[in-house]
Amino acid sequence: MTSAASPTAEPFTTIVGLEVHVQLQTLTKLFCGCSTAFGSPPNTQVCPTCLGLPGSLPVMNRKAFELAVRAALALNCRIAPFTKWDRKNYFYPDLPKGYQISQFDLPFSSDGQLEVVDPKGAFAPRTVGIVRVHLEEDAGKSMHDEAAGTADTRIDLNRAGTPLCEIVTQPDLRSPQEARAWLNELKLLLVYLGVSDCNMQEGSLRVDANVNLHIPQPDGRIAKTPIVEIKNMNSFRSVERALTYEAARQWEEWQATKVEMGRMPKQTRGWDDPAGITRPQRQKEESSDYRYFPEPDLVPVTVDEPQLARIRAAMGAPPTELRRTLADRWKIPAYDADVLVNQGRELVAYFEAVATAVADGKLASNWMQQDVLRTLNERGGTIGEFPVRPEQVAEIIGRVQKGEFDTSRGREIFAEVLSSGRPVADVVAALGIAAVSDDELIALCRELIAANPKIVADVQGGKEQAAAGLIGQAKKKNPNANPGKVRQMCLELIRGM
Amino acid sequence: MSLSRQDVAKVGMLARLALSESDLDVMTTEMSKIVGFVSLLAEVDTASVEPLAHPLDSQNVFRDDLPQPSLTTSEALQSAPRHDGECFLVPAVLGESGAA
Amino acid sequence: MQPAELSAVDLVTAVRQGDLSAVHCTEAFLRRIEALDGSINAFLKVDREGALASAARIDERRRAGGPIGPLAGLPIAVKDALCTANLPTTCGSKMLQGFRPPYDADTVRRLREADAVIVGKTNMDEFAMGGSNENSAFGPVKNPWDLSRAPGGSSGGSAACVAADMAPVAIGSDTGGSIRQPAGLCGITGLKPTYGRVSRRGLVAFASSLDQIGPMARSAADCALVLETIAGHDPGDSTSLCDEVPRYTEMLEQPLTGVRIGRVRDHYAEGLDPEVARGVEEAFAVFTAAGATIHDVELPHAKYGVATYYLIAPCEASSNLARYDGAHYGHRSSQRTGDGFESPLLEMYCRSRAEGFGPEVKRRIMLGTYALSAGYYDAYYAKALKVRRLIRQDYLDAFRHVDLIGGPVSATPAFRLGEKTGDPLAMYLVDLYTVATNLAGVGGISFPCGFTRSGLPVGFQLQGPALAEPLLLRATDRFQRLTDWHLRRPKAIA
Repeated sequence: MTSAASPTAEPFTTIVGLEVHVQLQTLTKLFCGCSTAFGSPPNTQVCPTCLGLPGSLPVMNRKAFELAVRAALALNCRIAPFTKWDRKNYFYPDLPKGYQISQFDLPFSSDGQLEVVDPKGAFAPRTVGIVRVHLEEDAGKSMHDEAAGTADTRIDLNRAGTPLCEIVTQPDLRSPQEARAWLNELKLLLVYLGVSDCNMQEGSLRVDANVNLHIPQPDGRIAKTPIVEIKNMNSFRSVERALTYEAARQWEEWQATKVEMGRMPKQTRGWDDPAGITRPQRQKEESSDYRYFPEPDLVPVTVDEPQLARIRAAMGAPPTELRRTLADRWKIPAYDADVLVNQGRELVAYFEAVATAVADGKLASNWMQQDVLRTLNERGGTIGEFPVRPEQVAEIIGRVQKGEFDTSRGREIFAEVLSSGRPVADVVAALGIAAVSDDELIALCRELIAANPKIVADVQGGKEQAAAGLIGQAKKKNPNANPGKVRQMCLELIRGM
Repeated sequence: MSLSRQDVAKVGMLARLALSESDLDVMTTEMSKIVGFVSLLAEVDTASVEPLAHPLDSQNVFRDDLPQPSLTTSEALQSAPRHDGECFLVPAVLGESGAA
Repeated sequence: MQPAELSAVDLVTAVRQGDLSAVHCTEAFLRRIEALDGSINAFLKVDREGALASAARIDERRRAGGPIGPLAGLPIAVKDALCTANLPTTCGSKMLQGFRPPYDADTVRRLREADAVIVGKTNMDEFAMGGSNENSAFGPVKNPWDLSRAPGGSSGGSAACVAADMAPVAIGSDTGGSIRQPAGLCGITGLKPTYGRVSRRGLVAFASSLDQIGPMARSAADCALVLETIAGHDPGDSTSLCDEVPRYTEMLEQPLTGVRIGRVRDHYAEGLDPEVARGVEEAFAVFTAAGATIHDVELPHAKYGVATYYLIAPCEASSNLARYDGAHYGHRSSQRTGDGFESPLLEMYCRSRAEGFGPEVKRRIMLGTYALSAGYYDAYYAKALKVRRLIRQDYLDAFRHVDLIGGPVSATPAFRLGEKTGDPLAMYLVDLYTVATNLAGVGGISFPCGFTRSGLPVGFQLQGPALAEPLLLRATDRFQRLTDWHLRRPKAIA
């Protein structure tokens, strides 16, 4: 099978569009006051409305609507001044009303875009068009327990009625890698703005992908393979893997059949993660006849400019803006800003606290990347739970800046503060770290010069780099000796000989 | 306006109503009659008329995001034809696709 | 005087003043139900114990000097389309046989809080679909004026129980005439308020954009009393109106001088029974005598009302009734053949619905499903919505010239049971004069304006602009001060 790892090497272009469902961060469901908390025992977060009992009625959650608008604004969408909800009719036991309240012809937003830039330049910056963002309710959960030997499906309706934002992109992505990177950017954006926690394990972010290939023909025409919709991908990594697999599969199929788009209906395939393949899913012939019509139990919503302004004001800066701001304010490279911002709002706040305290953005950023982030990644957990607080990092950096000890010594102190949880000053004292006086340092340098005539001769012969041997020895004799100072003093002493 | 038996059978499946052969005959006749009657509306000139889905002019009805007590599981399941004390039980869903 | 002969207003006053205990009052009506309902079949459930227990609590509280509600001790029958937490709610369907809602409809909650005594749930056409009550899965209701005739529908049980004095007041629901038409055929007073005036929460939905709950009683004054309790904003119903509820009972006194009542020429087309036409004309004369003026008005699209209604209502119903699939509550078929079904689930759905729903409900589900399906939406549903706007516009235009519109409520008096059951379309036409009110979302009231030679009530309907309930009630009350049609009781069951 052909590998599709490197898009430029392929005789085709992979065309990808995504359909993303994100759960909005509300306390209660879209149309009733039941909790949306994850992981409760089955059917404990249900009421007449989300059970679809006779006579029950929906009332829209204001927070859900505002979060959805926030998401759409962040995706640069046009917000419709008038929007309404529709019923999407189909039968399924996790859909107790027999219809889903969704939006059909007048979604609250459309025509947006979100750019993804790879800081390492693995692909050119890509702007992905957003067809629409709309607000709808989730279904419940069906559990088919084949292992228990029963033919029954169990239905838990705790999730039924949870608010979801559906985000549909244009087919603007051009590789599985781009799709994954774009999803990361989308997730970052939505988490930054407090729209969703985007936790894929808990189902608060779900992705379906539409993919096909554009294949240039010898006559200059572009052949297009039939579009396949891929479902059941439960991580961004599986999205990338599934798309890679599917592109290769479509290429093989194309070579064998030469079947082009339009000659067969859109196919749905499910991603089998352990097997690493997509498999066809059976579609019912009439499943697409959803008989949408305006939901008579809800009234339309109008949105005006002052309202949008309020929602914008409460929104905070999106990641793209924050990257620019950080790079400008702290004079750090775009790459640094990208790494920091991608870790989330809390980490950015941590960084800014360190940078402010030490009044040196680049230095603070170096410490963040080389020490804080590295250890955080090793340990796991969030920056909020990280035992070394920004003022402690700033204290260590400050002492290095004052020449109390060097950076590598500072790292040792950082590691000790991290493992012991003790204050920086205590750790410094315990490690016997004290500033070395100039007199002590001169005595040390004299001793070393006397003991190393070969190095002295080399330096005198013009090879100043030979002094490094002296620095190494000085560190052994006194770990607190500042290497820069030792070097400078030794060179001066040798020149004066 | 008349509907074919196939039309009616297709609608019956969409509506999840089991229709026997004789049901289909009766339903085809009756639906054709009723559809013929409502087709009277075709004579109304509605070229410049906006649809009116709802008699109310009200807009923007919301509730605050405040949790309300839910039912207990036993209340939720009290009228279920089959349940296991935790979940509703339905015959196997094999072969059908889930929610959007 | 027997409690059953008193008006609701008098009963409430008697209980409040201690002249009549709630228990005594409730017992009197329960006795009538026991004596008469075997032949009328107005009730699907009589809650003898529950009613007497709540009456006893009200008496106790009153005797202890505690506060009692505005409807204290008033027996009331509730259409089985409204959810009641302690009583089964079937909506007249086998589909919901044995279903117990875990909550009260907003109207039921308000009635209980006002200390009304709910005596039982009334029979109705299945899921409120029908105009004769013959579509009930639990047998038809008989018209108390002639037991061989239909009481009308779908709130036929509520109309018949009031007509037979088995309850002084009943709650009905009206989607295309389901309060007004049976009230007219049973010689009682029934009010369909403006859409959104009474919360729909807990009313089993038929057609959500048309459904409205309202009071059915012997007089406009009694309707006013009950409406004061059940009307009002419900934050749990997005389509509930926020407008303040007026004191309807205190707005009846003002005379009708200068009130303009419209008369629609088209109402007198062929098909209108001459005895009904005569009754209606006499009613106009009474209004003239009361100081009102009569004016001809046009409702040019009214003739499309029934066709519009029979698209919009079935479309909404096909979706509203999708939840009855045997999965979470209601009837589930035990039949499993596997023949021709893709999955056991699909067979369960199709068989449960085929077994649980009656023929009329199935017809409407089929019709609505068809009219919403791919390729037909624009020709049927969307077209009906456009005509609906024209119909509403007709009303808005007419109400610029008149304050109310009067006319017949039904083309004929009560018809014989079985007379129209073979012809669905003939049955749909019984809604001729009532559906447009619901399509326009305005209010209407019907009340007796005479009797045929054979002793059947003739109904008159008044329609008003949105939130004109005070005027509808005042005009009807004035009419009832000048006539005694509403005080006549059926001999057949006395």
